[in-house]
Amino acid sequence: MAGEHIVRSFDEELERLTTTIARMGGLAEAQIANGIQAVVRRDTELAASVVEADRRIDDLEREVDNQAVQMLALRQPVASDLRSIVGALRIASDVERIADYAANVAKRAIALSQMAPVRPAHAVPRMGRFVQEMIKDVLDAYAGRDVDRAIAVWKRDEELDEMYSSLFRELLTYMMEDPRNITASTHLLFIAKNLERIGDHATNIAEQIHFLVRGVPLRDARPKGDATSFEVLRDEGEGGA
Amino acid sequence: MNQAVTTPAPARAPSYMRIAARSDSAPADDAAVAPRAAPKVEIRDLRFYYKQFEALKGINLTLADKCVTAFIGPSGCGKSTLLRVINRIYELYPDQRASGEVLIDGRNVLAPGEDLNLLRARVGMVFQKPTPFPMSIYDNIAFGLRLYHDLPQSELDGRVEQALRRAALWDEVGGKLRQSGLSLSGGQQQRLCIARAIALEPEVLLLDEPASALDPISTARIEELIFALKSDYCIVIVTHNMQQAARTADYTAFMYLGDLVEFDTTSVIFTHPNKKQTEDYVTGRFG
Repeated sequence: MAGEHIVRSFDEELERLTTTIARMGGLAEAQIANGIQAVVRRDTELAASVVEADRRIDDLEREVDNQAVQMLALRQPVASDLRSIVGALRIASDVERIADYAANVAKRAIALSQMAPVRPAHAVPRMGRFVQEMIKDVLDAYAGRDVDRAIAVWKRDEELDEMYSSLFRELLTYMMEDPRNITASTHLLFIAKNLERIGDHATNIAEQIHFLVRGVPLRDARPKGDATSFEVLRDEGEGGA
Repeated sequence: MNQAVTTPAPARAPSYMRIAARSDSAPADDAAVAPRAAPKVEIRDLRFYYKQFEALKGINLTLADKCVTAFIGPSGCGKSTLLRVINRIYELYPDQRASGEVLIDGRNVLAPGEDLNLLRARVGMVFQKPTPFPMSIYDNIAFGLRLYHDLPQSELDGRVEQALRRAALWDEVGGKLRQSGLSLSGGQQQRLCIARAIALEPEVLLLDEPASALDPISTARIEELIFALKSDYCIVIVTHNMQQAARTADYTAFMYLGDLVEFDTTSVIFTHPNKKQTEDYVTGRFG
């Protein structure tokens, strides 16, 4: 079966869609790295540049929207072409949210730099690297239309959720030790939550890749490792004997 | 706290980044359409009559050079009539007359005294039903060339081959030029007609439902051909298949009962048309 459309401009347009998303992805990945860097190095200038750079990714998402709408209107795509275009729309939206979260991390870095450093912050760069790897792998999976690779990313989210749960507990403990830790810990909590949400969006992308390639949704419920909604930590002296 | 951040350097550039790097210089132009090109054909206050019946009610329209313009609309809207004015082919029939102006490169071709044969060499036409002459493939192309030019044989051969190559037909018929044009398939016959038209090096190509008699794959080939040809000609296509207009045209004119209702880039007509009538037609809400 032939790989290319008879009307080659159609292929060029589809490729343009993939390329634009790849560009978005590259920028988003860099934003995550720089946001974490800003937190760890307490670098407010870097943080500000991350916040500013978010605009570029928003612009690219609009570009994907326009390209996709045009193609839907003018090419009457069906089957895999239709799934490609609808998939691209959804994936671009996920990447844009990922970049938003990265910018939010950078904003928190600015606040954190004005306070004394806190001990649990050491877990953040580890989460950051983990989530960065997830993004890189899922975007590679999209570029290669590689479903197995996408599913592998999808499964790694459980480990990310566990990292988040663990950091959550650590921060609660830290706050209970000394109320002066609360402000910084709260910012860190939001940062950790942002990273966890980035991971969720990576799994969304993985699900889209599955649908794009296989034509059916990824059925199984994703194992959710985030139990923090039910987390209750008791202070030693509270409700005691 | 002074932690060295070690973002692990990737062993090789991630594959999606290679794709991203490809497009570094690509401009972000969301309308995948030729920019406002120079006008080639200007139609001014054109009225057309079949006896007493007014089929075109004062059309004002500009067709851009090196672009494809499509005329769409329900049956009887006047799109084919409008097309046939541009090369005055209606004059083959009695009781049909036009008033107004059709300017090609600024010169009114409806003026009396215009050489119709020259006009029809400048403005080529391809019809819905493929119309190869009952002669060899070679002679189909050479026929018009012999009429208008006095060429030595070798140059004639060259022009025939060039026309067949431009029409994406050479690979299929280059080895059997002496065979009858009628022996080709429908899609090939249509490409032969296109080759015949472009052999005369026209400036404007009029295509009247060029693919409606063809199967989907032949249609796609014709559409790919139109895309390749438009960099050299002003192409006008009449089609009752508006999806074809959406796929192939840079500009689209929507007509209804002899009026030009809306004219804009194809992208606008099919994503956010200005007139409700246009919207109703393209979405299949009336007709």
